[in-house]
Amino acid sequence: MSTLQETKITILNSAVFENWVNASPRVDVFATITKDAAQAFLLQGIPTTKHEEWKYTNVTRLAQTAFQVSKSNATLTTSGVTNEKVTADAILIVIENGIINKAASNIDALPQGIQIGSIHDLKDNTAIQKHFLQHADYKSEPFVALNTATFLDAVCILADANVEFNTPIHLMIVNTSNEANVYIPVRVFVAAEKNASIHVVETFSSKGNNTTAFVNAVSEVVVADNAKVNYVKLQGESENTTHINYHRVAMARDSYQHLTTLSLGGGLIRNNLNIRLGDINGTAYLNGLTLARNTQLVDHHTVVDHAMPHCYSNELYKNLIDDKAQGVFNGKIFVRKDAQKTNAFQSNKNLLLSNDATMNAKPQLEIFADDVKCSHGATTGQLDDEALFYLRARGIGEEAARALLNHAFAADVLEGIAHEGIKKNMLDFVNHKLN
Amino acid sequence: MLTIKDLKASVEEKQILNGLNFEVKPGEVHAIMGPNGSGKSTLASVLAGREEYEVTEGEVMFNGEDLLEMSPEDRARAGVFLAFQYPVEIPGVSNANFLKTAVNEVRKSKGLEALDSKQFLKIMQEKMKLVEMDKAMTQRSVNEGFSGGEKKRNEIFQMAMLEPSLAILDETDSGLDIDALRIVANGVNALRDGQRSFIVITHYQRLLDYIVPDFVHVLYKGRIVKSGTKDLALELEEKGYDWIKEEVDATLNA
Repeated sequence: MSTLQETKITILNSAVFENWVNASPRVDVFATITKDAAQAFLLQGIPTTKHEEWKYTNVTRLAQTAFQVSKSNATLTTSGVTNEKVTADAILIVIENGIINKAASNIDALPQGIQIGSIHDLKDNTAIQKHFLQHADYKSEPFVALNTATFLDAVCILADANVEFNTPIHLMIVNTSNEANVYIPVRVFVAAEKNASIHVVETFSSKGNNTTAFVNAVSEVVVADNAKVNYVKLQGESENTTHINYHRVAMARDSYQHLTTLSLGGGLIRNNLNIRLGDINGTAYLNGLTLARNTQLVDHHTVVDHAMPHCYSNELYKNLIDDKAQGVFNGKIFVRKDAQKTNAFQSNKNLLLSNDATMNAKPQLEIFADDVKCSHGATTGQLDDEALFYLRARGIGEEAARALLNHAFAADVLEGIAHEGIKKNMLDFVNHKLN
Repeated sequence: MLTIKDLKASVEEKQILNGLNFEVKPGEVHAIMGPNGSGKSTLASVLAGREEYEVTEGEVMFNGEDLLEMSPEDRARAGVFLAFQYPVEIPGVSNANFLKTAVNEVRKSKGLEALDSKQFLKIMQEKMKLVEMDKAMTQRSVNEGFSGGEKKRNEIFQMAMLEPSLAILDETDSGLDIDALRIVANGVNALRDGQRSFIVITHYQRLLDYIVPDFVHVLYKGRIVKSGTKDLALELEEKGYDWIKEEVDATLNA
């Protein structure tokens, strides 16, 4: 990351930044880290397109806008959000403008072995003491540094050893502010202890009026030995939202993680995924779907890091880009020297639905072990005219035929969602966007 | 039912149909034969509404309506069905889902209510028998990984589901072994009901042993140059096309 020095610092007005840092209600036990992160952010600044990792995604606008933390009061109520739950029985945590809205959430009566709450309440927990803020790398990721220095609240989800919890845990992350230029830091921490199994869903949406927003979300997920975390991330914000997301998964031996990212809304979305297979026999699935139109830009940067032997990773990303929208896919797979018997697969398929749509795809494999099976493929094309004609020749109207083909293209990304109720809900979102 | 008058059509600036005249009445089965490049598949494509084909002259009336003015989907809804020479694979769309959408779109255009899943399934099961389709084929993606014979059976199955008034079979027999051919032909024959008309485009007389036509036409250089009964097909099988080509070329050069 030597380029970082060169790209600093078009930073936001540093007085504004100071305000953010001061506005953040510090959790004393982590103050050393948050202060260090603030310094790390000042050192890195907002990256420019000269930075290799930000070549196609211009976020310098963020440095030129005087964003501020929302001063709006929480407005959501239980009855107001209940029909937006991912499933009727889901455990709901509402995060409104970066802060948990306890009144709208239903986390009071949790089953044995599941803890969900704010970092302010759970800061003494052993897993949190050990892992919170430890995995998302703020030294080389400027937006992680910014988030770590400025988060207002953090949702913590803890599953004790041997707890298999099949009810979805739904993090409803909503921007309800009516102010312009709102900065919303979102912080999530998930830990599944040994043999635990959970289903987590993050949904991002905006309900405010014409709010230009900058959402900066960081999720840290720790998967212990033989534990299983199924995760879905749905991004459906308004088109004047810039959403930078960093998702880090630290995986222990025999662990399993499945992450599906659905980028359906937002103006500019940048997803940074970092999956570390840190011990033997881990299994990681990363699925992603983009439906971008108008002038949206959706950028997926993924890193799968095979550090140890006998791990498996499988990555499937599909992007449907329409109008003048832009898609970016950059998928890195590292296979370290010790990671023999690695199986790592990556597939990226893109469909350009208009002449003005663009897609930049870059698969990157760096393999330092010699006994591995790895493959990657990236294709970008247009809708199959023959298939379109075939459907029309059977009486299906052109629009319906296009929708059917687009849906078919996207469908297998959602197939991997293990929980049927979550899958159905996500399919509804995708269908709604496609039709 | 279908009247084609002086039809001229080109693809990529090359004229393929050169003033074709042709009429199909309800219940009739017309076979169209002809050497390679005579315009058989172009005719099928123009009738189905493929956009790459440009009609430069002439008219096609279907049940009193100008077929050429209609979109491909409207032609299908009006009762025209093309069994594709090369059925398209559509990964991710199940055969059953595809057909349900198609059947209900056609029903909607006729002012009929959409079939619910149960009704649709019942009809599908009946029609599957016609072409000896098994249930697994309806669950699979449209034509994906199907053998040549399965693809053609699937075309006839779709025809049975959509119940068109005019079916155009574009070389449905090409590449089929005798068993597959028999299944396909039986399916077609089961759908002959005295009202439904067929245009059977083929390269081989063999098909016409199974689907017996009322008329046989020879297409050459984009025109119908000879018409007759099924005996004409037998004559072509025996003598090839050269004698017809010579006759036509002699007239053209005269």
